[in-house]
Amino acid sequence: MPRVVAYSLNGRGRVDAVADNLLLLDYLREIVGLTGTKTGCDGGECGACTVLVDGTPTLSCLTLISRIQGKRVETIEALGHDGHLSAVQRGFHEKLGSQCGYCTPGFIMASVGLLRKNPNPSDAEILEALGSNICRCTGYVKIVEAVKYAMGLGKQGVAP
Amino acid sequence: MNKPMPAHNIGGYVPMIDGPEKVSGRAKYTADILRPGQLAGRIYRSPYSHAEIVSVDVSEALKLPGVKAVVTGSDCDKGFGVLPIARTEYPLARDKVRYRGEPVAAVAAIDDATARKALRHIKMTVRELPAYYTAKDALAPGAAQLHDKKPGNIERDVQFELGSTEQGFAEADLVLEGTYNCAEVCQNQMEMHAAVAEYDAERERMTVHASTQVPYYVHLMLSQILGMEMSRIRVIKPHVGGGFGCRTETLNVELIAALLARKANGTVRIVTNREETFITHRGRPETDIKLKIGMRKDGRITAVECECDQRGGAHSGYGVVTILYAGSMLYAIYDLHNVKYLGRRVLTNTPPCGAFRGHGTVDIRFAFESLVDELARGLEIDPFSVRRANLLRAPTFTDNDLMVNSYGLPECLDWVENESGWKKRKGKLSDGSGLWRKGLGMACSHYISGASKPVNWTGEPHATVKIKLDFDGSIVVLSGAADIGQGSTTILAQTVAEVLGLDLARVRVVTGDSEVVPKDNGSYSSRVTFMVGNAALDAARNLKAALVNAAARKLEAKPEDIECLGEIYRAGAQDKGATFDEVVTEALKDTGTITVTGNYSTIPASHGGKKYRGAAIGGTMGYSYSAQVVEVTVDEDTGVVTVDKVWVAHDCGKALNRLTVEGQVQGSVWMGMGQAMSEEAAYYDGLMLTANMLDYRVPTIQDSPPIEVGIVESNDPHGPFGAKEAGEGSLAAFLPALTNAIADAIGIRFNDLPVTPDRVFEAIEKRRRERGKKRAV
Repeated sequence: MPRVVAYSLNGRGRVDAVADNLLLLDYLREIVGLTGTKTGCDGGECGACTVLVDGTPTLSCLTLISRIQGKRVETIEALGHDGHLSAVQRGFHEKLGSQCGYCTPGFIMASVGLLRKNPNPSDAEILEALGSNICRCTGYVKIVEAVKYAMGLGKQGVAP
Repeated sequence: MNKPMPAHNIGGYVPMIDGPEKVSGRAKYTADILRPGQLAGRIYRSPYSHAEIVSVDVSEALKLPGVKAVVTGSDCDKGFGVLPIARTEYPLARDKVRYRGEPVAAVAAIDDATARKALRHIKMTVRELPAYYTAKDALAPGAAQLHDKKPGNIERDVQFELGSTEQGFAEADLVLEGTYNCAEVCQNQMEMHAAVAEYDAERERMTVHASTQVPYYVHLMLSQILGMEMSRIRVIKPHVGGGFGCRTETLNVELIAALLARKANGTVRIVTNREETFITHRGRPETDIKLKIGMRKDGRITAVECECDQRGGAHSGYGVVTILYAGSMLYAIYDLHNVKYLGRRVLTNTPPCGAFRGHGTVDIRFAFESLVDELARGLEIDPFSVRRANLLRAPTFTDNDLMVNSYGLPECLDWVENESGWKKRKGKLSDGSGLWRKGLGMACSHYISGASKPVNWTGEPHATVKIKLDFDGSIVVLSGAADIGQGSTTILAQTVAEVLGLDLARVRVVTGDSEVVPKDNGSYSSRVTFMVGNAALDAARNLKAALVNAAARKLEAKPEDIECLGEIYRAGAQDKGATFDEVVTEALKDTGTITVTGNYSTIPASHGGKKYRGAAIGGTMGYSYSAQVVEVTVDEDTGVVTVDKVWVAHDCGKALNRLTVEGQVQGSVWMGMGQAMSEEAAYYDGLMLTANMLDYRVPTIQDSPPIEVGIVESNDPHGPFGAKEAGEGSLAAFLPALTNAIADAIGIRFNDLPVTPDRVFEAIEKRRRERGKKRAV
């Protein structure tokens, strides 16, 4: 049965009738057309689909859109700093935290979730926050550097 | 006034030019393509490992409302495969299925749910055949043949002896033998395989968007499979989420999408799931190696004997090449004579293996560097000294006729030895108390910068690049080279900008659409920087010549007196000169929009030898070299091995982009770590048990060590600005460096990969029991 869901997507209110069993991931990609959020596995294994729900990094492949009623969803498409890349985006771009780019939106959203709550995480806190995201290109070395670079930009007032 | 200077674009840390798209979600991958009215494709896969197909009944599936087309093996009787000599695979199985998960039929429906439902209505009846899941079983006398033309289930055996191993072993002071087993591993790139096929029934044209490393191969195979003229086919490569070799071959997904689209007269998108991506496979085969090496007291290797069996899976794929690489690439890293190689590529009822990063070289290098470490220990020589006793002296040709022009391995050895503090720290990391043991290990590896002879030899240059320059002064580079995340597009832009002395922002690169860009042999065997880079260099020089001629006309000077400073062209230091835009305007007067071509062809001396059948495999214009030191901590109570740090030096000839070289080297080392420590494709009755990212254990960020990269620049005489490959050569050395480090830490050597905690724990327990027994006696 379709269900009406009213929520906020990337800062804009939105109302949709959605199927009960529709995943947030498939809804974002196939119905809204926000394909920046990626499908990387068969459910909960890789972190590529990470979005923010009320500011918390959430696997959109394990979340039903019907349960999003009244919540705030943010995807990679919402990030930015005054028309430019946000601090975390700049980190991943300038420090090569992104190679093929497929895991990147998930890593960036998980990092943004971390840095908004904790602008000065320790190395251990960074590793923990990104521990459920898989990257197959970088060996993660430059991902850690990217997040640290973003922390520095954050101190200069650039939004995460 | 500031002195005008050409911009410099190589040798620095340059972020990828397509980075902003990737970090903002704007980069489109194949599965992101949404066309109005597109159909969802799904594949019905064989539940049997080995069987004759009696019938595939799709009549019930076709009756389902919303189903638009169903295809089976009867829709295509043409085989496909990367090697022209081994096109034994059909997009959809005909007559026989040979592995669990082999595509048998496919459905296009109005939505994914309907397509999935339709699959449940397909009925397949078969006569089952005996199935073989190991190379040993498939080779057993009397085993049923997987392919009619392959008796004994041997896809290819390779034999050569160059020099005399008998004499070589006689000269040795120590001869050791080892047997090694490397588990099958998969690329498991983050983007699952996908294809979107758009059939224009009105014009009888096919457009396929494919997540591929070689759009050109897809183009060839589509033409063959569809029976369509190549000129009616267009292949588009969107952003690709990694490949690591599995996408160098045309995959069944791309061909099936096209067959469905034509039958449905519409657009079909197939997005496979992670399990299907694993089963589509083309990973590194399970490999059994028997190795024997003789060494003199001074560390010189006197003879090598190597037997190698690869469990190739149900179809050839790249198999013939893989088993040849394993033999030929014993050479070109050390000065070896007296080498004997026996390789067998075996057909089994498992998914087809292919070309995984470090193609053919990795498992052999693991065995070789492990046994050399043991020999060093046996002869009480430092492992670095052993390598130094066997160095090549470039330029040279190896005994199997491989051309080595630049050789930075000595500098790689020096760098990792110094940076890791090897001399001071080796043997002094553990005080022997407690259950933690630390160790250091080292090893070397190498790789080609593209195969000198392309798979499809047509007589064309190895690479072609076009540059377009128009009234707006923007430089547009057209290349068929597939950027799959390695940064090749950025390298091409840097190369062109460097020659013209222009800011990188002036250069745009268009890739990945057969309608626009020149054909390219693709992104495999680390060929792009070398081959396509050289073509880009040639194109940029040709463009510069046209601009210099135009500037000469404008400034009324001789072309040879024109100085190109990027944004300014002038005739002598006192000349105010003309701006780039003015020169462009002048240049366009005669010809209108300028297009120039750049080509690159490899030299025949690099094409490898003829001393045995297949000896051309291994031939390249330049080899990269790598040395590594790995530091580990072993917890003797749990068997958990932690990699504390890796030092890796990579000779890439010249780092055109230090940022992406570092990224490639770190990624290679880390991928080697996955294979060495945790990754393994396991099967039960032919069913892949590890076809997900939890059971196929990829290291997480929390398992992954710091990797310090030293860039060694040996300046290859043929490479673009001296560059060679950076994306594969450092993978293989990690594996033996790790097991050498573990042996250093706990005195136990692991010859079987992956070295998982349970294997380490078991080995430690076994030793405890044996020591206990000895004490009891």
